[in-house]
Amino acid sequence: MSWTEIGERRAVVSGVGQSQIGRRIYRDPLGLTLDACLAAVEHAGLQLSDIDGLATYPGNMNIPPGFSGVGIAEVHDALRLELNWFAGGLELPGQLGAVANAVAAVATGLCNHVLCFRTVWEASAQGDAGRASVTMGGGGGGGGGGGYRATSFMQWSLPFGAPSAANWIGMMANLHFHRYGTTREQLAWIALNSRRNAEINPTAIYRTPMTMDDYLGVRMISDPLCLYDCDVPADGSTAVIVSRGDAAADLRRPPVRIEALGTALRGRPSWDQFDDLTTMALRDAAAMMWERTDLTPEQVHVAELYDGFSFITLSWLEALGFCARGEGGPFVDGGTRIAREAAGVPGSVALNTHGGQLSAGRLHGFGFLHEACLQLWGEAGERQVRIDGGDPSVGIAAAGGGPLAAAFLLRTD
Amino acid sequence: MPDQPFRVLPAVTSDNEHFWRGGEHGELRFLHCAACGTWIHPPQPRCPSCLSTEVAPRASSGRGRVLTYTVNHQPWYPGLDPPYVVAIVELDDQEGLRLTTNIVGIEPDRVEFDQRVRVTFEEYPDRDGSVWLPFFEPDPDAGGPVARGAQGGTP
Repeated sequence: MSWTEIGERRAVVSGVGQSQIGRRIYRDPLGLTLDACLAAVEHAGLQLSDIDGLATYPGNMNIPPGFSGVGIAEVHDALRLELNWFAGGLELPGQLGAVANAVAAVATGLCNHVLCFRTVWEASAQGDAGRASVTMGGGGGGGGGGGYRATSFMQWSLPFGAPSAANWIGMMANLHFHRYGTTREQLAWIALNSRRNAEINPTAIYRTPMTMDDYLGVRMISDPLCLYDCDVPADGSTAVIVSRGDAAADLRRPPVRIEALGTALRGRPSWDQFDDLTTMALRDAAAMMWERTDLTPEQVHVAELYDGFSFITLSWLEALGFCARGEGGPFVDGGTRIAREAAGVPGSVALNTHGGQLSAGRLHGFGFLHEACLQLWGEAGERQVRIDGGDPSVGIAAAGGGPLAAAFLLRTD
Repeated sequence: MPDQPFRVLPAVTSDNEHFWRGGEHGELRFLHCAACGTWIHPPQPRCPSCLSTEVAPRASSGRGRVLTYTVNHQPWYPGLDPPYVVAIVELDDQEGLRLTTNIVGIEPDRVEFDQRVRVTFEEYPDRDGSVWLPFFEPDPDAGGPVARGAQGGTP
C-alpha cells in the first residue's frame, strides 16, 4: 500500500512518568495513576494547565479484576483538567492504541498535549490466591455451576476450559514449534534476556538471575508455555505525553519523534479465526509501520516488544523483520543478538532492555513505550544502551498479541 | 449429571442456539449461505462472502483435523482438572471453517498436528435447557494424521 500522508510525524513524545511498581502494594489505582501523570508532566517540563488532551486504555473497567479501575473521567476530575479532546476505551489496536489515538488528535490539531495513561493493579486484585483465582466464569462445583454464562467471543473458548491467553497463545507457539522447529531452549532466551536486563533495573519486580535450568524446570502452564513464559501481574501506572511537534519545540528535552505508526488489522479480528495462527495482528501492524517510513530494521537500535507471553515477542521480532519468518528461534538462541550490548551490531537489536513484562512487571503495553523513550533520551541508568559511546537514536515500541497490535517507530536523530 | 467436570456454559440465544444445541441431534451445525454455499462461524446475519441474508443453520460433516493444540496444565477452574487438550479444529467442509474445542478420548500427549478427528457431544443441563458441548475425538474411520493442507476422505 502507498500512503499519501504520514501525519504521525507532526506528533512527538515530550515526557514519560511512572508510579511505584510492585506486587500487591495495595494502593488505590487512581493514586498510582496521578503519581504517573504528575511525573510525566514534570518530566516534559509542562504545567497541568498545558494538558488539553487525555487518552487511556482500556477505560474504567474491572473485569478481570485489577485490569484498570481508572478511566478518563476520574483523572480528568482529579486534576481539574480543561480538555479539548479525550478518548478511552478497549476496542483499539492494542494497549498502545490509546497513544495512537493521541497522535491522531494532535496531528489533526484538536489539542496540543495529550496525557496518555495505563494503570493496572492486578497483583493486588489477585491477592495471594494467584491469577487463576480470577478466571472468568470460575465458581466451582460440578457441571455448569455458578451464575455466569459466557457471551460474545468468550463463549467460543470458555466452555472448553480455555479462559486465558496462555491457552490461545500456547496454541500459536505450539504451531510455530511444529512448523519451524522452534524449541523451548530457544524460546527461553526471551525470558533469560529479560531477566538479565531486569537485574539492573531498580523498578523491576524480579531481579534475581535466572538460568536455563530454572526455566526448563519450572511448571508448565499451557504447552509449550511454562510459568516463565508468562508475564508477572503487577500494580503500577505509566503515563506518556504526546505533544504537537511545534508545541514541544521549547520543552525540557529534545522530543522523541514518531517516525511511523502501524495499527493495521487486515485479517479477521479473532484469536482463533485469524488466517495465520503463528502471527496474527502484529503481522499487519508491523507491515504497515514499515510501509510508512524509509528506515529499515537494520537501523533500529532498541526494540521494546510486548511479552505478555514470550512467544509474542518472538513473533514481533519476525514480523518486524529482525529475522526471517520462522527464524525467531535461531535468532534469539544464545541471547547474543538481543542483548543490550548488541545494539548497533549488524543483525542484532537490544531487546526489552528494562526486563519486559516477564521480569519488570505487567504494565500492559505502556511500559515498552516508556522504556523506548528513556533509552532514546539516554535516561535509562545502568541499563542504558550505548551506540558508539552515544545514546541510541532509533527505537521501536510495540504492544499487543492476538487480534491486538500497534507498533511505534521512534527516533531522535 | 453431578459427576461432570465443571464447564463455563454459553448464554444460549436465538443466534447461537443451532450451534450449542445441535448436539441433541448429533449434529455440529454452523450457519450456511444458501446463495453461495459459504459456511459461516461465528454466526452473523449476512454471508461474509456474498453479503446475502439467506443464511441458515446446517449440519456439517463433524469431521476435520487438528490445526493446532496445547496441553493445558493450569487448574483454571476447580472441578476441571488438567491436563487436557485445547485445540483448534478445521472442519472438512470448508477451508477456514474452524473452532476452538477439546480433544477427548485420547491421552493428551498422544494428540498430533493434522490428526483426523470427529465431533462428539456432551450434554450439560442448564437452567433454560441443556447445551451440548462439541468436543472432538480421534476419527476411527481415518488412518493417522494427514499431510498439512490435505482434505481428508469424508463420507
